Amino acid sequence: MTETSQLDTVSRAETSPDTPQPFAELGMKDDEYARVRTILGRRPTSAELAIYSVMWSEHCSYKSSKTHLRQFGAKAPHSDALLVGMGENAGVVDVGDGYAVTFKIESHNHPSYVEPHQGAATGVGGIVRDILTMGARPVAVMDALRFGPAEAADTHRVLPGVVSGISFYGNCLGLPNIGGELGFDPGYSANPLVNALCVGVMRHDGIKLAQAPGPGNKVVLFGATTGPDGIGGASVLASANFDAESHAKRPSVQVGDPFLEKLLIECSLELFERDLVVGIQDLGAAGVSCATTELAAGGTGGMRIALDRVPLRDPRLTPEEILMSESQERMMAVVEPGKLEAFLDTCAKWDILATVIGEVTEVTGEEDQRGGRLVMTWHGETVVDLPPRTASDEGPVYERPYHKPADQDALQTDTPARLARPVSDAELREQVLTVVGSPGICDAGWVTEQYDRYVLGNTVLATPHDSGVIRVADTGDRGVALATDGNGRYTRLDPYAGTQLAYAEAYRNVAATGARPLAVTNCLNFGSPEDPGVMWQFAEATRGLADACQELGTPVTGGNVSFYNQTGATAIHPTPVIGVLGVIDDVNTRLTSAFPAATEGASIVLLGETREELGGSAWASVIHDHLGGQPPRVDLAAEAALARVLGEAAATGLAAAAHDLSDGGLAVALAESALRGGVGCAVQVAGDAVTALFSESAARALVVVHPGSEAALTELCDRHGVPATAIGTVGGTAVRITHPAGSVDLPLPELRATYEAALPAALDAV
Amino acid sequence: MAARVGVVTFPGSLDDRDAARAVRTAGGEPVSLWHGDADLKGVDAVVLPGGFSYGDYLRCGAIARFAPIMSEIVPAAQSGDLPVLGICNGFQVLCESHLLPGALTRNAGQRFICRDQPIRMTATDTAWTGAYRAEQELLIPLKSNEGNYTADTATLDKLEAEGRVVLRYAGQTPNGSRRDIAGVTNEHRNVVGLMPHPEHAISALTGPSVDGLGFFTSVLAHLTGERPVAAGAVAR
Repeated sequence: MTETSQLDTVSRAETSPDTPQPFAELGMKDDEYARVRTILGRRPTSAELAIYSVMWSEHCSYKSSKTHLRQFGAKAPHSDALLVGMGENAGVVDVGDGYAVTFKIESHNHPSYVEPHQGAATGVGGIVRDILTMGARPVAVMDALRFGPAEAADTHRVLPGVVSGISFYGNCLGLPNIGGELGFDPGYSANPLVNALCVGVMRHDGIKLAQAPGPGNKVVLFGATTGPDGIGGASVLASANFDAESHAKRPSVQVGDPFLEKLLIECSLELFERDLVVGIQDLGAAGVSCATTELAAGGTGGMRIALDRVPLRDPRLTPEEILMSESQERMMAVVEPGKLEAFLDTCAKWDILATVIGEVTEVTGEEDQRGGRLVMTWHGETVVDLPPRTASDEGPVYERPYHKPADQDALQTDTPARLARPVSDAELREQVLTVVGSPGICDAGWVTEQYDRYVLGNTVLATPHDSGVIRVADTGDRGVALATDGNGRYTRLDPYAGTQLAYAEAYRNVAATGARPLAVTNCLNFGSPEDPGVMWQFAEATRGLADACQELGTPVTGGNVSFYNQTGATAIHPTPVIGVLGVIDDVNTRLTSAFPAATEGASIVLLGETREELGGSAWASVIHDHLGGQPPRVDLAAEAALARVLGEAAATGLAAAAHDLSDGGLAVALAESALRGGVGCAVQVAGDAVTALFSESAARALVVVHPGSEAALTELCDRHGVPATAIGTVGGTAVRITHPAGSVDLPLPELRATYEAALPAALDAV
Repeated sequence: MAARVGVVTFPGSLDDRDAARAVRTAGGEPVSLWHGDADLKGVDAVVLPGGFSYGDYLRCGAIARFAPIMSEIVPAAQSGDLPVLGICNGFQVLCESHLLPGALTRNAGQRFICRDQPIRMTATDTAWTGAYRAEQELLIPLKSNEGNYTADTATLDKLEAEGRVVLRYAGQTPNGSRRDIAGVTNEHRNVVGLMPHPEHAISALTGPSVDGLGFFTSVLAHLTGERPVAAGAVAR
């Protein structure tokens, strides 16, 4: 398809029905290809085949997951805060005072493994454009990362590149990185998880949707030129219909230009501000194919595009390649003819290339019935003539078979009860230090110091606190809090409960700053959907999340599914990463996780109930390399009650600090709060020391009470039915823990050295 | 009437809104200046903010130096009349423009660094530092990839002899800067460049301290000829 003389036009397709087509190489099944032929009433042209193959891919169509994701809508709780729900580029939530917030998390796992720096960088770029497309100014990013063992050679190849990519792109874009996760597990060897989240702020009346109303309106492509980067992935590169030689050296991972994206953000916001666009879509996966079909489907259904007008960085690109290119930093807008000049002037001001490539057209009633009509020409000849809704909305849907993996019951039967307990205080002390210094728990400064958390000047809380908190606008005190969580060990043991625990932890993290949880996004990282065991994990996970969101009244506003996270036959631990967004009325009241040095002697209260729950815990994993049993029990009503207590304690000024309990239990929470505040504590715990220190029972948090407010906190906890136990006081230069059989004393300098040295020691070792 | 302080936006400037906020918090009137316009709009002082001007894909600040706005700023700054503060990328632009000596190279650790950095004030006789006490220790965010200050030994000796080292990193240098230099001034002391970001340390809510506000109150006092408010009062 490199010679114009061989251009596969619609008329040629009509007269050559038997031409063999490389649909299988493009990743399409026989029946999918047959369905395309039925829709079109002829064989597709090679350009049409390109469009259907990418639009009906797992990545774009959610064909394996759709049937499960529908629960998020079907079970969605009513929420007055939801302005735009699932299905758009990102959901939009009302946070009050006329402000709306949009947020979403997305994976870039495979590209980040192939080319860590650019893979991770363009992951940030893509999610930022999704947020921008809604009409919002992107105001912060977060990233949830998981790698193989910290000391593994491949982790040393992948992790520094991923972090430098996020750092390079996010910092250069001027977006504060306010938090995230860093995890290590052998299960992520050769399949790291790189999930990027972006949040944006807009006024209510500023919401933009992917639509193309109004015949005669112009379709404008603006931003970067289109190149051969990121074309369709490996299956397409193998296509016999493309010139294999010319593709051999082309990267399938896109290359990012954050400077151009920064200009694109400022330019787009000015275009929105001046009301110069009626519809807008970013170009991400499936590039021009996706943007044109989705914009057309969201409007009249009619659109005519001159593909030869797309500005190229490589003039040899064919129509198919243009349709499939995933070159970064591109946007598509629908503009009224009367506003076109002003639109182009604004782009020129920001040195942004803008090109009219087509227009919105009328459709007949009959065409509308078929799904609209999208026509594309190449130097005057028609190469695409298809109903766009059939590509964007009516892709295949699969009911993949699923059943519980054979080893699931055995895994749950192998409980941590058989694990050896420490026999002395010296051993207990050593275990605390080992857990605090383990790569998934220790200080992540090696990573987070590479991210700008200050730019834009509205960062109220960032890493390492429980949530990132951003002031919505300079002119007010309103803020939003965001946290992401996921625990692959829990989800492996029980995908339903594990997903609810991930959600509960993010919910609790948001609440621990004093914010009210409002809405949820998710990035569902799983193995191959063709494996019934993986599909069972997925079905259980989605059911768990939908049920939990329904119970606690926080709708899912959008998200992303990442399948095929496996090397060979071994899938990753199922890892749903759940993002929760909350609102805080006055950011000045936010609580941090640091013990306040100024309130020496203040009481530390443990909220919630501690049970012996060590299945999937950090203690079982780090000390015993064990994974088995049941994850901690889920009690969503207790999570909601705890969140209400934390919110009221912050708003009324009863609390001086709060920190949620999760990985590593009470021992880790005390160590973190002490190190962050630079002041120690003395606490007494009851019962078995391992349970008291390392159990990961959910719905728990530490609160430091302002002296004099102890009775008020007790009353507040009683009112909401939250168990509260005063366990000690802030003060001193060590974390001292007394238990019925003895005590453990951890001087802060030693604790700090263990906490801070672990990651550099693992990562800087050559 | 409040003094008018221009904040330049180059394509790729990132901390321009933060710099404007700091000017406003200090009591001045921020005025937005566009890189493509050779027009200072009659401002009394100028801030070159942080960011990655023109993407900084070449050498940091190397392209920004040739922006039309710089053709107005450079002569006014060289004459000693116009107070100019370059923060991070702005410092790099000032070095590329030869308004300040030396250069900023890649951090010694080869990684971007964002941290709350203790620094020591060593020259309080500039247009931007009058509100501080000599040897005052400040806690201000540092966030840069190319913050490693370097110059030849003769230049460094001259800077020290003339008291033109404005700031030094306290403790160990985070980025390899020669003689721990975090900021310098020109011979007229109207131009100051520094790597740390004082505009991110103007509120206890959003920064590690309010130690950075003194740079902005200093220039306002300098412009009105008033005695600067001691930054001890401002800052702690």
